[in-house]
Amino acid sequence: MNLIELRDIRKTFLLGEVVLPVLKGITLDIATGERVALIGASGSGKSTLMNTLGCLDRPTSGHYRLDGEEVSQLSNDARAVVRNQKMGFVFQNFNLLARTTALAQVMMPLLYDTKYVSQKEAKRRATAMLDRVGLADRMDHHPSQLSGGQQQRVALARALINNPPFLLADEPTGNLDSNTTREVLALFKELNEHDGITILLVTHDPKVAASCKRVIRMADGLIEADELNPEINA
Amino acid sequence: MKSFRILLASLTALRRNVMRSGLTTLGIVIGVGAVIAMMEIGNGSSAAIQKTIASMGANTLIVLPGAASSGGISFGTGSTMTLTPQDSEAIQRECPSVRFAAPVVRSKIAPAIFGNKNWVPNEILGTTEDYLKIREWPLTEGAAFDERDLRNAARVCLIGQTLVRELFQGQSPVGQEIRLQNVALRVVGVLDKKGASMMGRDQDDTLIAPWTTIKFRVSGASTANTTSATNTTGTSTATPRGQLYPGSAQGIYAARSASQNKNSPMPVRMITIDQISVTAASAAETKSATAEITSLLHERHHIDVGEVDDFNIRDMAEITKALTSTTVMMTNLLLVVAMISLVVGGVGIMNIMLVSVTERTKEIGLRMAVGAHGSDIMQQFLTESVVLCLAGGAMGIVLGRGSSYLVAKILHWPTLPSLGAIIASVVVSASVGIIFGYYPAWKASRLDPIEALRYE
Repeated sequence: MNLIELRDIRKTFLLGEVVLPVLKGITLDIATGERVALIGASGSGKSTLMNTLGCLDRPTSGHYRLDGEEVSQLSNDARAVVRNQKMGFVFQNFNLLARTTALAQVMMPLLYDTKYVSQKEAKRRATAMLDRVGLADRMDHHPSQLSGGQQQRVALARALINNPPFLLADEPTGNLDSNTTREVLALFKELNEHDGITILLVTHDPKVAASCKRVIRMADGLIEADELNPEINA
Repeated sequence: MKSFRILLASLTALRRNVMRSGLTTLGIVIGVGAVIAMMEIGNGSSAAIQKTIASMGANTLIVLPGAASSGGISFGTGSTMTLTPQDSEAIQRECPSVRFAAPVVRSKIAPAIFGNKNWVPNEILGTTEDYLKIREWPLTEGAAFDERDLRNAARVCLIGQTLVRELFQGQSPVGQEIRLQNVALRVVGVLDKKGASMMGRDQDDTLIAPWTTIKFRVSGASTANTTSATNTTGTSTATPRGQLYPGSAQGIYAARSASQNKNSPMPVRMITIDQISVTAASAAETKSATAEITSLLHERHHIDVGEVDDFNIRDMAEITKALTSTTVMMTNLLLVVAMISLVVGGVGIMNIMLVSVTERTKEIGLRMAVGAHGSDIMQQFLTESVVLCLAGGAMGIVLGRGSSYLVAKILHWPTLPSLGAIIASVVVSASVGIIFGYYPAWKASRLDPIEALRYE
C-alpha cells in the first residue's frame, strides 16, 4: 500500500510580475516502510517538494494523498493536525528550543495533540522515547549541554513522540561529523527496518543517499531519476 | 486541560528568559505601583483638602425660625420665634446624619466693659459647648463652659482674640470679669484666632456664653417674650417697632402693668431661641441631614402636609460647591495620572512582546511544524503577556502600598489606602496584558511555518 501518492504536483511562486514555476508536475508514490533519499542540486525544487510533502505548504495544483487522505487543499489548521499526527520532522540545525530540557523538547508536540494528553502522561511517553534513542541519562540537559549527535537524537525523539507513520528528515546529518552521522543513520535504519516507519531523507551527501534503498534525484522541478540502490537491495 | 498545559509552556518560556521577563514586568510594576501610590497619596491629600474646606463650614446647616406674615405681608426670616432648645436636643438625638446641633441665642449689641475699657463685640452669642465643635473652633486658654453652667445660667463667657486685644491688652483674661449690660461675666476661656469670615466680618470679635445666661440674664426676658405675647394674642406677629432701635425699651403698645398681668395672665410660652446650628456627619450627608431635620421639625411643630413650614434650613451651598468641584478635580487628576502610567507600562509590554515574537520566530515555526494551530500560538503568547502583567500588577501593589506607607511615615503626608485602586489596577493590568499582548500574539500566530523555520 502506498503511504504517499503524488499526482502531477505543481507549485508556482509569484515574484511580483514574474511567474516562477518551481515544481513542474511531480508524480511519485512511496510505499509504507520505504526508506527514500531525495537528492538534487540547490534550486532543483527539492525543498519545495519537501515542504509540500510535509504539509507545510499547499501545492498550486495536483493531488497529494497521505495515508489514504487527500491533503493537498486542506486548511492551515487541518494541515497542522496532519503534521502532528502523521509525520515527524528532523532538521539540519536540529531546531531545539534554547534553555529547555531534553524532556520538555520531546513533550512539546503532545501539547498540540488533538486528544488531550495530561502532563503526567506526556512526561511518561517522552521519557520512554528518550530512553529509546539512548538519552535516558540526558533528560534534564539543555541543548547547549549536548553534543551534535545527542541534539539530533533529541530532535528525533521529538519527531517520533506521536508515533507517526512518516518521518521527514531535511539534511539530518548536515551539521554532524562522520562518526555521529553514522550513529544517526544507523538509528534511522533501525527505525525503518524495526519499526516500519517510512523515512524520506533530503540530502546533498552521496554517502547518506547510499544508505537508502531508493534514491530520487530532482532537477529543474522534475524527477530526473528514481532508482533502487543495488547495494542495499541486493 | 490543554489551557493548563499551555500555561505551563508559557511559564517555561518566561523562565527561559528571566531577564527579559523581569524587564517587561518592570514597566507594569512601575505603572501599577505609581497608580496605587498616586491614588493613596492623592486620596489622602484630597481628604485633607476636603476636611479643610469642610471646616470652613461645608457641612454646617443653620435652622432658622420661619417668616411671620400678617395681612399678606411677610416679615422675613426670624420674625417669629418658633424654635426651642428642645428642638435642638431632639435634632442631636434623633437625626443620624447629624453630628452636633447647638441652639444659638443672639443678644442685643451691647458694650463689654472691663476696668476702664469698653468695646462693643460684633457678635454676642448664647449657645452650648457643642457650638465650638460645630465651628471647629479650639480654645487657646482656659476651658469651655459645661452642662452645669448651662443649667445654672452661670455667669461665664468665652471671648475672641479681638476682645482680648481691646479689653485686656496682653494680660491673660482668664478669671477676669467683664460686664455686659450690667451683668458680670467671668472669662473662662479664650477662643483661637479665626480671622475674617468669607463675608469679611471679624469672627474674633465674638463673645460666647451659655445660651441660658444670654437668654435669661443678659437679654432679659424682654425681647423674646414680647414677641411671644403678641403671638399669643394673635393681633400681630411682627417684631415690635421699638426693638428696631437697640436700647429703646419703648414699644408701640403701652407696657402692661402688674395688675393687667394678674387679670389676664399670659401663658408662659416655651422658651425660644434664634437659630440652631447643626453640623452634618460629612459634607455629603448635608442633604440627608436636611431631610431628617425637616421631618423631625414637622412632627414636633405639628405641621401637616401642605402647610407652610415655620422654619428654614440653610446650607453653605457656595462652600459645598467649592468642595464638590475640588473633589471632582482631584479625582480626575488622579485618573489621568493613573491612565498615563498604565499606558506607558502597556506600551513597554507590547514592545518587549514584539521583540520576543521576532526573537522566537524559529520557535514559533517549529511549534507550527509539529502541529500547533495559529490559535495555540496566539493563546501561548497572550498567556505569557497576561501572566507578566498580573505578576507585575501584584508586585506593583506591593511597591505602591510600600511607597505610600513610606511617604506617610517619612514625609508625614496624609495617605488613604484605597481598595478600589488595588482592584482597578489588577483588572487594568490584566486588560493591558490582553490588549497590548494581542497584536504581538496575533502577529506570531500569522507566521508562515516555512518562513519561520528558515528565519535566522
